[in-house]
Amino acid sequence: MPTSSSVPQATAGAPDAAARQAAASAGTSARLDALRGPVAPRSHDARTIAALTVNPGCSRRAVLDAAGVDKRKLAERIGFPARYGQSPFAITRGIAFEKQVKAENCAALLELLRGEPLNFSVPEHEYVDLGVEPSADPGAHAAVDRATRYQRTRDLFARVVAGEPLLADHPLLRLDVGGRTAYVEPDVVALSARPAGVSDGSPARLYVAEVKSFAVIDGQADPGKVGAAATQAAVYVLALRRLFAELGADPRLVADDVILVCPKDFANQPSAHVLDVRRQIAAVERQLTRLPRIGALISDLDPTVDFDLAVDPAETKGEPGRDHRTAAELTKSLTMIEARYAPECVTNCEMAFHCRAESRAAGAADALGRSVRDALGGIEAIEDALALADGSSNAATSGLRADQHEAARLLRAAARAYDEALRVAPRAAEPDGGAA
Amino acid sequence: MPIAAVRHVHVSDEPLVLIPLMQAGEAAAPLAVMAGTAREDPKLLIVAQPRNRDQRFDFLTALAELLVPYILARRSHTETVEATKNREEWDRCTDAPQLILPNPGGVEALRLLGRSARFRTVDGPYPVDARVPLLGRYLTWFADDRAPMPGSSVCLALTSVLGQHWATGQSALEDQHLPALLSWIDPPRGMTGAEAALRAEDPDLVPPAGPSTDPAFDTGVLAPLVRAQEEARAAEDLRAVTKAEEELRIALAAQLEPTWQTVWRGIDVLRSLPAAASDQLRWQVDRGRFTDFMTGIEEGAPPQAKRPSAVAAARRLADLESAQQSYDRSQAIDDPLVLARYRVGGEAFAGRITFVDAERQEIKGKRAWPRPLVVLHTEDEVILRPGVKLASPARVAQTVRLRAVRPSPSGSGSEVELELQSGMGRGKTPEEGSVPLVGEERCYATFLAEQRGTRPDLPEAEQTPWTHGGPPWPYVPRAEEQAETWE
Repeated sequence: MPTSSSVPQATAGAPDAAARQAAASAGTSARLDALRGPVAPRSHDARTIAALTVNPGCSRRAVLDAAGVDKRKLAERIGFPARYGQSPFAITRGIAFEKQVKAENCAALLELLRGEPLNFSVPEHEYVDLGVEPSADPGAHAAVDRATRYQRTRDLFARVVAGEPLLADHPLLRLDVGGRTAYVEPDVVALSARPAGVSDGSPARLYVAEVKSFAVIDGQADPGKVGAAATQAAVYVLALRRLFAELGADPRLVADDVILVCPKDFANQPSAHVLDVRRQIAAVERQLTRLPRIGALISDLDPTVDFDLAVDPAETKGEPGRDHRTAAELTKSLTMIEARYAPECVTNCEMAFHCRAESRAAGAADALGRSVRDALGGIEAIEDALALADGSSNAATSGLRADQHEAARLLRAAARAYDEALRVAPRAAEPDGGAA
Repeated sequence: MPIAAVRHVHVSDEPLVLIPLMQAGEAAAPLAVMAGTAREDPKLLIVAQPRNRDQRFDFLTALAELLVPYILARRSHTETVEATKNREEWDRCTDAPQLILPNPGGVEALRLLGRSARFRTVDGPYPVDARVPLLGRYLTWFADDRAPMPGSSVCLALTSVLGQHWATGQSALEDQHLPALLSWIDPPRGMTGAEAALRAEDPDLVPPAGPSTDPAFDTGVLAPLVRAQEEARAAEDLRAVTKAEEELRIALAAQLEPTWQTVWRGIDVLRSLPAAASDQLRWQVDRGRFTDFMTGIEEGAPPQAKRPSAVAAARRLADLESAQQSYDRSQAIDDPLVLARYRVGGEAFAGRITFVDAERQEIKGKRAWPRPLVVLHTEDEVILRPGVKLASPARVAQTVRLRAVRPSPSGSGSEVELELQSGMGRGKTPEEGSVPLVGEERCYATFLAEQRGTRPDLPEAEQTPWTHGGPPWPYVPRAEEQAETWE
């Protein structure tokens, strides 16, 4: 969501978090910085944190992300530019829909929560937009720097903890990702409410609401998009819970249900849906705790490996600067860290096209997709599989590990069945009747 | 590499190729459609501003003008089907329409268009042309009712169909990309499949097959053209509007034209495979369903429900299951390559008949029944247990019981002892030709002997028990549906 576009890039890494991390693992941190070279690290956002839960076994991406390397730029430099991009039409529509839901202090959102079918009990809220200067004209979205916004968010939630019903728009939260502070921005709002059927005596809980512009048609939406929204929302819930813990409040006050607001059917009419994101919270949390262990991945790396994308100043004035590392050097560094490629990577990792080319060049079964790789039962190279199926080369069989014999036997059976089937005439339609 | 020896889908003599492009970020905002039944003569329909409701309905009306005559032409000729136990004599259309789309995304786009159009009415706050709701019901029938039905060929997604018949050197995910998939199957001269597929993936060289457009095209070409067109409209400068629309047409045509050619090339490739023996029977089912659907519309049936009632949903599920089962069966019977997959999976085995005792009988009560014994030698590993029922594609109606599996005395493979149980006529001795001969090659599979799924006993819709929501409400066009703004 484009809400952060007006916010200038703050240097990542709040001092306290960095210091804590530096003391704990100064070596790892220094090595990661060296890997990235003298360029500003790319900080995580909700989308990249959510992406950590996909294909967590890939060391290459884990290291690049931990070092804050700009993967998109890296992919471009080595000649495999990622083909992403969002259509301007989709962006416009997203902005327009969000504006509509948040108009008049989120009136539409509150109405949705109170109405059918959710029937939440929502008290009157004071609406606070944390994205704008409090003193400024309410219509003007003045840019506020991240530190200020975070501080303001923190102050606001301290009041929420004290029991005030506040509706926070554009809050800015922090999450420690592998020792580096990432700022995440719930594209909406957190508000206290009670679901229908919960007695008034129990404490109201805080809900994260997420506005997405994909349509829910007859109660159904694209499962891929809902899944992505749920994981992103889980990141926000987690960040909010950390803040609550820091403020000395019970993190469980932040509900593990989130509210997804989407257009209903083909109209622009918003509709609200409750999503249980407990599973996503657990997945994100697991990946975040795993990240500090990145040290193990990089401790054995050759000291010459780095992904320095810096541009050296030109020797003569007026000439364009020269890349510090050539494409070949960067590619060589990449090969030193193992990737776990699967065709699905193309949809969520900038490095995917490079890894695909590498995997194809190596003749790895990974390139054919996870189901094929699993069916081959531990035989990693396509060429080996073909040799085994052929059965003619004993050399292929003799080098097998014990656990590969079963796969080899099946491959031979499959090849034989296929060859025999080719010799049998199929039952085809009569040529003259085919046109009926 | 082919993984099927015959074609398991019907390809009509005159299919209607339809390539939809949809606007990014919207639920069902059509941008353009290239359609037609002749390769040389594609028709291009565009929406200059996809977010404008009136233009969308104009577009749907134009699409209806293109589709409805094609569909109605297939309605005119019928044949008489004699009465059966379940149905009185009726007339069945001798042909059915066939839509061919590049990929499943295209079918989904069609489904959404159908959903957005079928509840529209000619009156109410947003009146539309009478053909729009009709088109909506047609599209829903194609994309929602028939496309998911196994064995049906009236609405095909080309990538799925090609992937069903050919294996490529890329993953299933990458096979969803029509130009890349076809590059593997039928590479241009002088290129390997892998090279051609890599080239086909570049959106600058080969535009994507839809329904979403390349974001770079949206940014660089489409957005400025749409804006120019809007500005011209706002200024009421008719000449500028015409010019801007013409430019938009040219740009969209350039995006669609390559896919149009690719789809027709894919159809050629499909036609190069001989049709399977069951093809006509399956197409006959499609023709029957088409007739029923058209009759329903002519008799004033309401549009398809947004959500089916409990009984309709259960019936639909049973239909899908039995269609899948019979499609699997007929594919395995027609195509040895499909059958080979079951052999690898252990559900079937094949080999040569080494011994036959055709005289063997079993006395049951006062009668003697023919129970010939057959021994088959196979190299396949037989993991089936004695007692299991089997059948062979060579004689599907004959059930065979597995009696024993033992290692072959020759040292390689195993011997399977089988008892023939049916399909030998009514006499005491088996009918001529009903018992396999020594030396014959046979394949036996478990799933071929399985009882065909019978439809569960379901109550009439009016008798739906309260546990399932009670009888469905009769359909009444609701004001809310007509008023659905769709903007």
